[in-house]
Amino acid sequence: MFPAAFDYQSPTTLDEALGVLAKRGDDAKVMAGGQSLIPLLKLRFAQPALILDIGRIPGLADIKRDDGHVRVGALARHVDIERSEELAKLVPLMVEAVRWIADPLVRNRGTLVGSVCHADPSGDWGSIMLALNAELVASSARGERTIPIDGFFEGPFTTTLRPDEIATAIRIPLPSGHAGGSYHKLERKVGDFATVAVSVQVELDGRKVKRAGIGLTSVGATNLKAKEAEQALAGHELTDDVIAQAARLAAEAAEPKDDIRGTAAYKKDMVRVFVQRGLKAALARAQEVGA
Amino acid sequence: MKVTMRVNGVERSGDVEPRVLLVDFLRTNLALTGTHIGCDTTSCGACTVRLDGDPVKSCTVLAVQADGREIKTVEGLANGAALAPIQVGFHEEHGLQCGFCTPGMMMVTSALLERNPNPTDDEIRWAISGNICRCTGYMNIVKAVKHAAQMQADAAKAPAGAAVAGGGE
Repeated sequence: MFPAAFDYQSPTTLDEALGVLAKRGDDAKVMAGGQSLIPLLKLRFAQPALILDIGRIPGLADIKRDDGHVRVGALARHVDIERSEELAKLVPLMVEAVRWIADPLVRNRGTLVGSVCHADPSGDWGSIMLALNAELVASSARGERTIPIDGFFEGPFTTTLRPDEIATAIRIPLPSGHAGGSYHKLERKVGDFATVAVSVQVELDGRKVKRAGIGLTSVGATNLKAKEAEQALAGHELTDDVIAQAARLAAEAAEPKDDIRGTAAYKKDMVRVFVQRGLKAALARAQEVGA
Repeated sequence: MKVTMRVNGVERSGDVEPRVLLVDFLRTNLALTGTHIGCDTTSCGACTVRLDGDPVKSCTVLAVQADGREIKTVEGLANGAALAPIQVGFHEEHGLQCGFCTPGMMMVTSALLERNPNPTDDEIRWAISGNICRCTGYMNIVKAVKHAAQMQADAAKAPAGAAVAGGGE
């Protein structure tokens, strides 16, 4: 299978790339690792006139601490996250979750930022970033802005990124104090999209929850942030009752559809089960960190 | 567009449309047909090659993305008539039946052995989890990789200068 014909540019500076998008942003598609985009091009679901390959721009692959955040550059691949000792210490949820994404070959090419911008409602990173309250860094010839991940997803494969912008990095706030996370994913086989997946992050202040983040995969038109469930946790001790209540609220927030991977009712119930398991696992980890 | 890459240690060039996939460039332009096209949808791993050392699905890389990069295909494993340890392993342990997935399996497992010379069964299964084999049930593929690992370990212990059977890597 071949994609439809397209122009191809692979600039070697960010300024050059932004200049191209300033002129041709409306018919261009930005490519990093290409692991989601190339399959779409081959199936001709996407037929952009121009592919702007940012893969040769230096300095975009870093994973580094940045002012209370960890900053993951647009070219940092899944495998770079998998092997990052710094991330394993700073945000262990990301390193645990990345092993569930696609397969080892795709992880050698695909990127976190590219995956988030692809905005597949079945994508894993979107819900992980929602649980972690990340923010995108978007550059254009007009300047740079940050976009909170909550609100970034507009619909399936649609984001608030403007046509002349490149997402150059994502910033994840460093969890403070006793923090723990977990990612639970139900998939039929390695590399398949999730039937349901749930990411959970909790930060404790003593025994009480200071902040909780819950992101849902494959149960809506976008990755979803289970806000009511998050709010039901804040300020409370994670007792069985509190956990069960949050799990129910998250299941209510899910809007799954029947498909070959399962019925809507089944998926909703899996959200409940995974939030429950996820919170218990995250709590155990947060207490370990504190011990 | 003109593309130039080092393929199995040799500089190779071609003129391609940007939409040409790396696997098609290798097979059609360079006549390196050892790399197979399986699913053509990023699912099966039959087309696995090494790109700057990393095993990747060459049906999901544009040839223009590989411009200036280092590619290794299954044709680059053996050193003349001397098979690489991973090839000997697949031969000795009967790690294939129809053979269609084998080039991809060998590219991904030879990369594994470079990073991890003594992998456990679980680590091998993890490494090949993006490569589908519809014949073997994977048992003999795991054995083949362990065989290759043992060969490499034995070769490392052999006295300096001793000939290494199958040492092509």
